[in-house]
Formats: sequence, structure tokens, C-alpha cells
Amino acid sequence: MTARVLSLDEALQPGGVRREVRRYVRAYSRSASSMAGLVIVAVFVLLAAVGPWIVPYPEDARGAVHLERKLAAPSAAHWFGTDEVGNDVYTRVILGARVSLQIGLIITVVAAALGVPLGIMAGHAGGRLGEIIMRVTDVFLSVPALVLALAVVGALGPGIVNAMIALSLVWWPGYVRLVQGKTLALTQEAFVEAARAGGAGRLRIVLVHLLPNCVSPIVVKASMDMGTAILAAASLGFIGLGAQPPYPEWGAMISHGRNYLPTWWWYSTFPGLAIYLTVLGFNLVGDGLRDLLDPKSRSG
Amino acid sequence: MLFGLLCLTFAISHVVPGDPARLAAGPDANESMVQTLRAKYGLDRPLGVQFVRYLAGVARGDLGQSLRSRNAVLDDLLMYFPNTFELVTLALLLAVIVGVPLGMLSAVYQNTWIDHVTRVVLVSGVALSAFWLGLMLQLLIALHLGWLPLGGRLGLTATPPVPVTHLLFVDAVLRGEWRTLDDALAHAVLPVITLCFPALASIMRVNRAEMLETLRQDYIVTARAQGFSGFRVVSRYALRNAMIPTLTMIGLRYGWMLGGTVLVETVFDWPGIGLYAVNAAVSSDFQPIMGVTLLIGLNFMLANLLVDFAYGWLDPRIRRPAS
Repeated sequence: MTARVLSLDEALQPGGVRREVRRYVRAYSRSASSMAGLVIVAVFVLLAAVGPWIVPYPEDARGAVHLERKLAAPSAAHWFGTDEVGNDVYTRVILGARVSLQIGLIITVVAAALGVPLGIMAGHAGGRLGEIIMRVTDVFLSVPALVLALAVVGALGPGIVNAMIALSLVWWPGYVRLVQGKTLALTQEAFVEAARAGGAGRLRIVLVHLLPNCVSPIVVKASMDMGTAILAAASLGFIGLGAQPPYPEWGAMISHGRNYLPTWWWYSTFPGLAIYLTVLGFNLVGDGLRDLLDPKSRSG
Repeated sequence: MLFGLLCLTFAISHVVPGDPARLAAGPDANESMVQTLRAKYGLDRPLGVQFVRYLAGVARGDLGQSLRSRNAVLDDLLMYFPNTFELVTLALLLAVIVGVPLGMLSAVYQNTWIDHVTRVVLVSGVALSAFWLGLMLQLLIALHLGWLPLGGRLGLTATPPVPVTHLLFVDAVLRGEWRTLDDALAHAVLPVITLCFPALASIMRVNRAEMLETLRQDYIVTARAQGFSGFRVVSRYALRNAMIPTLTMIGLRYGWMLGGTVLVETVFDWPGIGLYAVNAAVSSDFQPIMGVTLLIGLNFMLANLLVDFAYGWLDPRIRRPAS
């Protein structure tokens, strides 16, 4: 899938942009797996948006107790069964979508907001500053994100906000690496050279020439990261360091349901399925976008 | 790098809000007890002094003390790390032994049913959370079918062999205790599969992509044209070249696996450093987490060094850098 290069005039015309977008949409929709990913993500986004209005027992996400119907098997009244205090698992899984998507989005946005400027600085400015930025990045990358997040949450104390802070703090180095490499390559390109010779300021070069060319790999990484960040937050929840009950978070639900295996299997199974589908959806979308926007890095 | 890592662990433990002395003293301590502890651990000194003392401590092998186990962190790590090492090594071996051939097959038989099946495995492997996969395996295979034990390293009736290397499998073999080995293997199957699955998927993915790329190269076409058998071309010529990026992924995955042990060991009650770190984190026991972070970082660096050596072995061009 090679992208046709638009001339400047063509690209600036509204019709040209529309045509370009239409071409991308067509290319994307040709891949069945990318479309499947998009559908899954769309469903979860929709659930996150309208969740509170469609769930049968909204009070069950706020710590209601109905001991008379605890640990009931899946039925017409409770599609996914109930948990140890009689809360409807279906309600909590649906409302958990909003929690997880929010967490994933916040972590990804914060990580990109920290990592992209640092990456551009390191790649474009270079010198001692660039050196220092890359050294720090390497140190962060030398410990698996989950372990580092565990250490930070260990210091801050458990809780969903602290889990998000910890994960955002350990997530940005990936963006620095990505953007630095890209910027370094771009800075050597003739068009950047030309802009500099033409008297463009540093800021202009960064904003007009470098940043737009970094957008596709960033978008691809961000869509993949949405999945991984959701997974990481759920992992912290599972360990007991993330969201605390009765907050409807999938990882924490699995962790509690674990004590009720195997008899009350539905308690852990359905939140786990929800995590699986969400992460799968974002990965498929990320894969599709990569094939479309950044075909050269497909093997990574 | 190591110095940087030390700075990082120090920063997390000293700059992050939260008072280690108060944590150490416990919730019922009064202000003077906290003060005493603060003075005892030197937490009232300037940060620079604390950092130098921290570095000196680490150099002596002093990683502090665990509040929970009351042992020196280093002793605890030495006790638990062999278990984690065995788990990660077995999982990585399995991932490479299964992942590389599958990726190869998938590339050679592109767009056939073999390819489709492996790609389904690949896509699900990346998205499955280790803890959920582990729980589902426990539910199905350990609890429902009763084929394998639920967790732990050994059954209640088995006695661990007298330690030689502290690696349970190796020790059992060295001492000739086959029943213990059998029991240990049965306990290892589910955790190893759980830990290896995501790694297997990404190793397969990289190997498949690289093989596809390599198989299109001119020298492969030439080799085929010269009448070399298909198997020889694929295994001798293509695989060797496709292995270089795959190796990078293996090194990377080793690190992620060390992170993954945190989850897998929790699910399977596997007495390694992952479980140790989780238990410490849950009870705000600070020094062990820092010790584990340091140990895992160190391991990761070593793994990357090994990968660099392996590059040279696979690719003669890297062996002698162009000067």
C-alpha cells in the first residue's frame, strides 16, 4: 500500500483532503481484521458512553448489598450472574467499560504529552540535552513497565488515581524513543534543510515540518497503547493496588472472583472476557492503522 | 545504566510523597518513634547524603530489610530468585521452541489454513491478560479436569531435595529424586504456559513477518533456482536471517516476562520474586520492591548483552565492526 504523494496545491484544496481521507477509509475497510477491531472498539466506546442508562441495576456499581441474591448463576435476570454481595456482574462489567477506557485514554494521552515533546527535543536539538533525555529514557525502559509501576504505586499507596499516575509515569519513554528516532531521521531530510536555509525558526521547523511527519507512528503507537494500558491498569487492579471495591474495575473484579472459583466461575470469567475483547479490539485497530499509515515498521 | 537505575530506585523511594519512616513504624506509632526510626535510617539527612549512603549500601549488598519477613532483602531475593529464574527460563524456551517454527510455517504456507490458525493464536496471545489466562487454565485443567495441580511449586507430600544449585529442577536431577522432579514438573506446566503465551505470540509475529520479507529476497530465489530443497533453503538461508530481529524480540520479551511473573506468580502462588514484590507492595513494605526492581533491571541488561553477543554469532558482519 504505497501512499501517493500529493502536491501542495492539491493537498490544500478541501476536495483533495476529502478524497485522501476517502482513500484511506477504503483501504482500511478492505481488511477484515481491522474492521473487526473497529467494531469491537466502537461497541465498547458506546457501552462506556451509555452504560449508566442501559444497565439493569445501576446501584450495584456503587456498593449496594443484596445478600438475598448473592452468587446466583447466570439467568435471565442476571445475564452474567451475581457476586458475593449480590451485585449484578453484567451491570458491573458494562460500567467497567467506562472506567477502563478512561484509564487507558488518560495514561496514553499523558504519556504522549510527556514523551513526544521530549522526543522531539532529543532528536532535533541533540547535544547534551538530547543525550541526557535519552539516558533517562533508557533507564526507564530497562525495567518492565509493570514492575516500575508496582514500585511507584507501592510508594504512593494503592488506589485507582495512584495507579494511573504510576502507569503514566512509566509509559512515556516509549514515545521518546519513537519520536526521537523519527525526528533524527527527518532532521537530515532535504525539506527540513531547505526550511532552515529559508530562515525558518526552530519552533516553526518543529511545528510545521517535524511534528506532522511524526503523527502517523504516534497514532499507531497510541492505539496499540490504549489496549496495553488498559491491560496494565487491570493488572494493578488484579494485584490489589489499583481500583478498590466497590469500584467497578475489571481487574479488581477478577481478583475478587478468583476466591470463588471454580463453583462461581462467572464472577471472574466475564470481566476477563471484557478485558480480552477490549484489548483485542485496540490491537486490531492499531495493526490496521499501522498497515495503512506506517507500512515499513510492520514487523515491529 | 546501572547507575541510572540506582538513581531511579532511589528517586522512587525517597522523592515520592509518603514517609518511609512512618510506614516502617506502623500505624500506631507516635511522633517520637517515627523520629527515632528516621534518625536510625538516616532519613533526616540531606538527600545527597542519603543517596551516597544508599549507593554504598547497595555496593555492600545491603538492600535494606523487609518489614514483613524481617529478613535482609538480599537474603530474601537470593531465596526467591531461583524459582523465578526457572519459571522464566522454561517459559522463554517454550516460547522460542514453539514460536519460531510456527512463525516459519506460517510464513512458508502464507494464506493457507496453517497461516490462519497461527495468526488467530498470535492475535489472541497479545490481548490475553496473563492473570485471566492463568485463572481460566486453573479453572479448566486443574479444578475441572483435575489433571494438574492448582499452584505452588511442590505438592504437600513432596520434600524438596537438599539444595545444590537452589534450582529445584536441577537439584532434583542431581540428587536423583525423580518423584520430586515429576511433581515439580506437574506444578510448572500451567504457570509456564501462561507466562509463555504472550511471548510466544510476539516471537511468532516477528518471525513470520521477517520470514515473509526474507523469502522474497533474490538470494533465496537463486538458492531455489539452484535446486536446493525447500527445507534447506528455508532453514539454512532464510531462518538465519530472519532470526536477527526475532532475537531482539526474544531479548525484549525476556524483560517483559520478568514483569509478567508478578502476575503469573500471584495466580499460581509460585514462590518467586514477583510474588514477593506483590506481597511487599500490598503491605507497603518498601525495600523489597526496590530490591526486586533493581534485580529485574539488572537481569534485563544482562539479557540484552547476551542478545548482542548472539547477533555476532548469527551475523558475521556485526562480529567485526567496520572501522
